[in-house]
Amino acid sequence: MNSFTFTQAPAVAAAVQDNLAHEDAAYIGGGTNLLDLMKENVARPTHLIGLKKTGLAAIESLPDGGLRLGALATNADTAWHPDVEKRYPLLSQAVLAGASPQLRNMATDGGNLMQRTRCYYFYDLATPCNKREPGSGCSAIGGYNRIHAILGTSESCIATHPSDMCVALAALAATVRVSGPHGERTIAFGDFHRLPGDAPERDNTLEPGELITGLDLPAKGFEKNYSYLKLRDRTSYAFALVSVAAALELDGDTIKDARLALGGVAHKPWRDPAAEALLIGQPATADTFRRAAAQVLEGAQGYGHNTFKIELARRAIVRALKQATEMTQRTDDNAFLNSNP
Amino acid sequence: MTLQTDYIGKPTNRVDGPAKVLGTAKYAAEFNVPNLLYGYVVSSPITKGNITKIDAAPVLALPGVHRVFSHENVPSLAWFDRSYKDDVAPGGSPFRPLHSAEIKFSQQPVALVVADTFELARYAASILHIEYEEEAHETELAKHLDEAYQPGKGKTGYQPPKSRGNFGRGWAQGVAHMEGQYSHHAQHHNPMEMFASTVEWLGDKKLNVYDKTQGAFNSQQYIMKVFGLSKEQARVVSKYTGGGFGSGLRPQYQLFMAVLAALELERSVRVSLTRQQMFSFGHRPETLQHVALAAAADGSLTGINHVAVAETSQFEDFTENVVGWSGTLYDCKNVQLDYRLAKLDVFTPLDMRAPGAATGSIGLEIAMDEMAYAAGLDPLEFRIRNYSDFDQAQNLPYSSKNLRACYREGAAKFGWERRDPRPGSMRDGNLLVGWGMGGGIWDAQKQPAQAQASLDADGHLTVSSGSNDIGTGTYTIMTQIAAESLGLPLEAVTFVLGDTELPEAPVQGGSWTAASIGTAVQEACAALGEELLKQAQKMDHAAFKGVKIDDVQFANGQMRLRTDLTQAVVLRDLVQASGQPKIEAKNAKLPGLIDMVKPPKYSMHAHNAVFAEVKVDPDLGTVHVTRVVNAVAAGRIVNPKTARSQVLGSVVWGISMALMEESVMDHRFGRFMNHNYAEYHIPVNADIHDIDVIFVHEEDAEVNPLGIKGLGEVGLLGVAAAVCNAIYHATGKRVRDLPVTIDKLL
Repeated sequence: MNSFTFTQAPAVAAAVQDNLAHEDAAYIGGGTNLLDLMKENVARPTHLIGLKKTGLAAIESLPDGGLRLGALATNADTAWHPDVEKRYPLLSQAVLAGASPQLRNMATDGGNLMQRTRCYYFYDLATPCNKREPGSGCSAIGGYNRIHAILGTSESCIATHPSDMCVALAALAATVRVSGPHGERTIAFGDFHRLPGDAPERDNTLEPGELITGLDLPAKGFEKNYSYLKLRDRTSYAFALVSVAAALELDGDTIKDARLALGGVAHKPWRDPAAEALLIGQPATADTFRRAAAQVLEGAQGYGHNTFKIELARRAIVRALKQATEMTQRTDDNAFLNSNP
Repeated sequence: MTLQTDYIGKPTNRVDGPAKVLGTAKYAAEFNVPNLLYGYVVSSPITKGNITKIDAAPVLALPGVHRVFSHENVPSLAWFDRSYKDDVAPGGSPFRPLHSAEIKFSQQPVALVVADTFELARYAASILHIEYEEEAHETELAKHLDEAYQPGKGKTGYQPPKSRGNFGRGWAQGVAHMEGQYSHHAQHHNPMEMFASTVEWLGDKKLNVYDKTQGAFNSQQYIMKVFGLSKEQARVVSKYTGGGFGSGLRPQYQLFMAVLAALELERSVRVSLTRQQMFSFGHRPETLQHVALAAAADGSLTGINHVAVAETSQFEDFTENVVGWSGTLYDCKNVQLDYRLAKLDVFTPLDMRAPGAATGSIGLEIAMDEMAYAAGLDPLEFRIRNYSDFDQAQNLPYSSKNLRACYREGAAKFGWERRDPRPGSMRDGNLLVGWGMGGGIWDAQKQPAQAQASLDADGHLTVSSGSNDIGTGTYTIMTQIAAESLGLPLEAVTFVLGDTELPEAPVQGGSWTAASIGTAVQEACAALGEELLKQAQKMDHAAFKGVKIDDVQFANGQMRLRTDLTQAVVLRDLVQASGQPKIEAKNAKLPGLIDMVKPPKYSMHAHNAVFAEVKVDPDLGTVHVTRVVNAVAAGRIVNPKTARSQVLGSVVWGISMALMEESVMDHRFGRFMNHNYAEYHIPVNADIHDIDVIFVHEEDAEVNPLGIKGLGEVGLLGVAAAVCNAIYHATGKRVRDLPVTIDKLL
């Protein structure tokens, strides 16, 4: 970790100005990922801009019936917020599937979007990594890639985005509110994170100095038929091997509207409109779900250790859609544990 | 008033609990001595080759940086390998930190940056420019099986496995057979507390060393030999250890570095490792096993063949007993065992909880399950039919063995008789239910140790021995043993450990501490009892005239005549009357060579039987271990509360071995890639469900006067195998490569 200076920005505009005034500045929310990256010398900002005093922690209803999550609202406050629990339970469950209570108490919603991949090679300076050091090569390709991507990969990077929350935000079609040197703008959630292409060092489409100020959720929350299914190597405090955010609007047995997004499989939360289209207007049956799953995984590519994710994702999609339909939503497969044979 | 002074065998709270909860228990990196400097270790990014250049000038130019130590400027130290060999060193040539430009393993420490603050040292280390010349390395065990060799005796206590009978004939005699290959990858101990040493410079090369270790004397001997220090110059203190599991058995390199820096800079220095660097030294070695079993029509084993090949470093032969247990645990005339090592460009492996046995019991106990199926027998019934009542490997009777009770009581508690043996036959809703079992055997060992007991004029007893408490409950059980020995309430007894100025004790390992230090404490208290009797007799106490030690008992804070309990004297009064501040005594001198080479008369072992239930999602491959019953036969249980915690921890450890733990090496880099707590998975609370611990009754007058066999390791045995066997029962899939992760069950 290098030496750095720190200022606590009093407001958003001041934060952006402060950022422009420094060469290698970084915004810091809860710091739950940035500090790790700094300790391992993966990130070496010389100046940190604290955001705690910028007044961005509120969660409030919008006139159009939606909900705005301030960028500095903590993951914990978001997951347990009455409006989120009631109107966007998919989001609440996704947030609670991530990290640990201690981390969720510190981590912010804006920071959640900004967290970086957990690729082993990205974190280890002894190995090449295009995301950390462009042009050095991708060690995960041909290496140990159990946690890596199967969709939207490139020759230069097969890292995944590690967030659970973002998978739900993608499914719910949130909007990212941004403030920067050129004023404010909004970014559709699906356009916020990038695929690696030949520039894997860029995780998202933010311009230099831009700051996330909030997340807007549309009025439609799919509060009845939803499921966030997360499959991982242990029951908590592990990143998703595959996670599925499924949300349905049903008219009897017929699917009127559908959302389907995956985590742990790509460089960004993977929402597939074509798969959603295969669901809409169809009966909510296993056959329908299997067709959607096949669509999502068409073109999926395994890299050896992670090839199992293709089949796992297929099964997870079917299970998540089934759970959404039957309203047996749960964050993992753990609900049975108190029953006896 | 009657005081409670009988404690052995009763659940007792940890006496060190309050200090740990209140934060007054200090660990090695928490001693903030004055004028402290901080060292940060620079680790090699390459696995094999040479350092060609170290450019320390820019780092030294930073204000507050004191020195960069590397092979280029380390002073001349001890020459011979024997000076670097610690009590637990295996055969070979121990690694010497900062000794030469040669790189022998990934993350090898190559430099130490010492600065005014930890943060500055860490930053300076991050910009230290080092150039390397890289050479091809070999880290893949499977590619070096042909070169594997049988190691010699090298390591203290290691015996090469002994075959007997004729396996080929036994195999031919069998009517049912099985063969299987089993493997697990490297695993790292990962105690919560990172390795650290705070070396306090007291002038004239006199050091107080606060070290994270499982053996203060082992660390002391090491730095004395390597740096040419006297005993007085090298005091090592280790009062609390935040987990050991074997990782602290050998002095780790941060100790060398901190002592080096303190001596060279004539300042106090602390060096602590990072979590990533906790993957830079010893580990449970990756081991490949082959087991073949044959059984007769009645289910009796006619042949056992167990072969294991494990990794070791290029410079030491790390050996452990992987296959030897297979010649003891079950009754069989024809046993063929082989254990080999292959040298790789890795750091030397290190004992890790139940070293060898945890590995071997995976092979043997999964194989026993496979054999039971091949023979058409229930896995428990199959084991009972092959029960060993006589140790055929040592040709000795057991001093005690109540594994039958483990089987019986464990199975009853678990409900084993309700098991439908057919794989995939049991369900809970959509989930597959599997019941599996396993078990194991571990040595009941005792090492020579010394202790001192001292009673002061307030009637407070202080007992000491330079052992360690790695969280196992040593403080508590020694306090219990001492209190009961001299009939004092727990509050009137303090047990002191972890200091080389105390009576000498062996490293805390091998599950021998309770037996070894417990015996020493009991002996020291008995010796003190004799002194107290002498004092009573000096006082012209008529009742004690001519009385022998066996004629008195200690209880209720008093010494009293067995024949007339009303004839009693308060212990405190004896000290006060002596005119001395205290009366003290030590146990007898350490046994001489003659005692050590006496042939054993008994085979002394602890045993266990484990029953596990898993629930498996047939579509998603997720596994949850919903119930475990672990029945243990380990002699007398001094403190059922801390003992239970030991076994609970063992069960969690076994579940971890079965389902999660793996240090994943990328062989292109020769480097463990998941070197942090986020990616090196161990269970979280939500992964752990019902665990029942049973201690079956077992009396043993032969192991030691207290009848203790030790508990730190035996509880782990068979747990991973039981889980794997349960997964087979649930799914019909036999996974032989651990850990059993989702992808292996899809």
